[in-house]
Amino acid sequence: MLRNLARLGRYRGLIQSLVARELKARYRGSVLGFFWSFFNPLLLLLVYTFVFTYVMLGAHDKRIEPYALFMFCGILPWTWFSSSLAEAAGVLIAGGNLIKKVLFPAEILPIVTVLANMVHYFFGLVILAGFLIWYQRPLNFSELALFPVVVLVQLILTTSFALLLSALTVHFRDIRDILSNLLTFWFFATPIIYPYFMFQDSLTGQETWQGQLLKLNPFTHLAITYQEILFFNGPVGHLKWLLVLGVISIGFFLFAYWVFDRLRDTFAEEV
Amino acid sequence: MNAIEVVHASKVYRRFSHKRQFATLKSALLRGSLIRDLKPDETFTAVRDVSFTVPAGRTLGVIGRNGSGKSTMLKLVAGITKPTSGSVTVNGRVSALIELGAGFHPEISGRENVFINGIMLGLSKREVAKRFDEIVEFAELKDFIDAPVKTYSSGMYMRLGFAVAIHVDPDVLLVDEVLAVGDEGFTHKCLDKFAEFKRRGRTILLVTHALPMVERFCDEALWLDHGEKKGMGDPKRIVGAYVTAVEASEEEQLAAGDARAQESTAMVSPDEPASAVLPDHPVESAVAPSNMFHAAEGRWGSREVEITDVSLSSGDSDRGHVFQSGAPLDIRIRMRAPLPIDDFVVGLGLFNAEGVCCYGTNTNLENYRSERLQGDAEVTFRIDSLDLVEGTYKVDVAVHKLDGYPYDYHRLLYTFRVKSRTKDVGIYRPPHAWHFSEGITLTRASSDA
Repeated sequence: MLRNLARLGRYRGLIQSLVARELKARYRGSVLGFFWSFFNPLLLLLVYTFVFTYVMLGAHDKRIEPYALFMFCGILPWTWFSSSLAEAAGVLIAGGNLIKKVLFPAEILPIVTVLANMVHYFFGLVILAGFLIWYQRPLNFSELALFPVVVLVQLILTTSFALLLSALTVHFRDIRDILSNLLTFWFFATPIIYPYFMFQDSLTGQETWQGQLLKLNPFTHLAITYQEILFFNGPVGHLKWLLVLGVISIGFFLFAYWVFDRLRDTFAEEV
Repeated sequence: MNAIEVVHASKVYRRFSHKRQFATLKSALLRGSLIRDLKPDETFTAVRDVSFTVPAGRTLGVIGRNGSGKSTMLKLVAGITKPTSGSVTVNGRVSALIELGAGFHPEISGRENVFINGIMLGLSKREVAKRFDEIVEFAELKDFIDAPVKTYSSGMYMRLGFAVAIHVDPDVLLVDEVLAVGDEGFTHKCLDKFAEFKRRGRTILLVTHALPMVERFCDEALWLDHGEKKGMGDPKRIVGAYVTAVEASEEEQLAAGDARAQESTAMVSPDEPASAVLPDHPVESAVAPSNMFHAAEGRWGSREVEITDVSLSSGDSDRGHVFQSGAPLDIRIRMRAPLPIDDFVVGLGLFNAEGVCCYGTNTNLENYRSERLQGDAEVTFRIDSLDLVEGTYKVDVAVHKLDGYPYDYHRLLYTFRVKSRTKDVGIYRPPHAWHFSEGITLTRASSDA
């Protein structure tokens, strides 16, 4: 397993070009082409802003104004996470031709999916930066230095899930169908459209049971940290949780890779 | 040094029952049978205990019928699947021409696909760039290289795939039936490329049904049958043995097919009055089936004379279905007439696969006047030299009255196949010879090449 993991390094070039191909191919043939990478998050933002500021009035706290911006900080990484998972679940089946006909480490396919979505996330960040300037939000640069750490933790976590899902979906095709519903649920179970401190006593900082429950969701910690870095002023109080999540993610990655490696030989026959 | 070493390799594919196919993760988890469900219910052995080695620089042809495990063998050598037991070792870089252009992305240009495909096959970006012009030229796609691959014709697609794969410059090249790419000219180019590979001391493993190519091109041949190694050695010898085995099994198939046809028609009651059967089969058509496209195999007649057995044989063999063109052929018809009959004609017709009557005759046409037939009798129709081109033929056999009233008519119930070394065309091969005057010189290649 470790040898296979090390071998991945040799395929850096391939991963790079496949990610580039993925990005190029995605919008090939559409009029706006690559600009969709920017427009998609922008449109998404507009929809959510409309719904939560005009349709569901007064549903939120003063502390999370401008609400659109608050939400955007969480939605962008969530989109990276959820579309990676949704695509990864089908990626081995879709790439069946490659697996069956070309000698080729299969884990490259889910990894490419995650990386391509990460690049899209980065494009989204450009929009976010635009909004930060528009609203004239102050940014703390020492906090920003933590940003790559969050991204790294999310990358490891997302890759682990992608590997696990892609391998299992080969054997259990229904995962793909379960997954889309699961991801919707997961989205609402993550403090993205509502702030985590909803479940904290404003005086004592004590969490309610809902808050405790939310902490079991790994993405909660990512979302909170993103919000703390990009949205809220003040310290990144969630850092220690993030580091715990980072360690767990590495363990989870090894587990996911192990499962993938175990099932590897069955792919060529099953897809 | 051996380029390829295969030691007691077996490959068992798993087949799952219906129960397993419709199982879901949820139900598997609920029943706690996740691990058990991932185990196969049934297995299918595609390759069974095959061992062989290919020394570096040699070309091995793998032959065998469909489903004999050739492609699985190739995938094992390519490392795409792992042997269930035994081991497969390959020394050097492998490039497998299994499916050309696997991994091409339809939306992006040929140029980008060449790079990605090349990298996928093990080249670095710089290496692809260095060979890029050569690849494009080989694929004959200079004008289209920047168009998206989805606009390519299947031939262009394959040519590009082939060009990339062959320019990977592997130590071991695996080729699976991919020479049916492109036109004649391109095929020659591919063969030249293979020859160049051979010259440069590369190892080639060639899976093909093109037997002449194996004989001409390979240093050795491996014959697989039902996943087992049937033989390995000199290509001429192995190909010969394989062809013989194929003929034998064709023989079996034809015999089985004939038996089925005869069985199904034997259900027509022999006592049925002829008139009940006749209207559907007007007498004229019974004598000379006019439209063979609609003619089905069948049997009808009053059975006052019954054809009990028809056998085809050549020379000494008792009964056969596969004959060499030019060999003698005996069609032996056994019949029985319970009561004495004086008005009868024995006839037969030969039809090719398109339903064209190649030949038809009967005793009346050849001026035999019937005198008497009673009890068991046997008629043999001897063809001294079966001058038909290669193909499958069907035989009509009939005994009828002079006016066409059928006693027993067997339509297309008997099948035989003609094999020929010469791939000439048409229906009939007149006995012939070529004569050349001075000023024209031809040499004859050995007849089995």
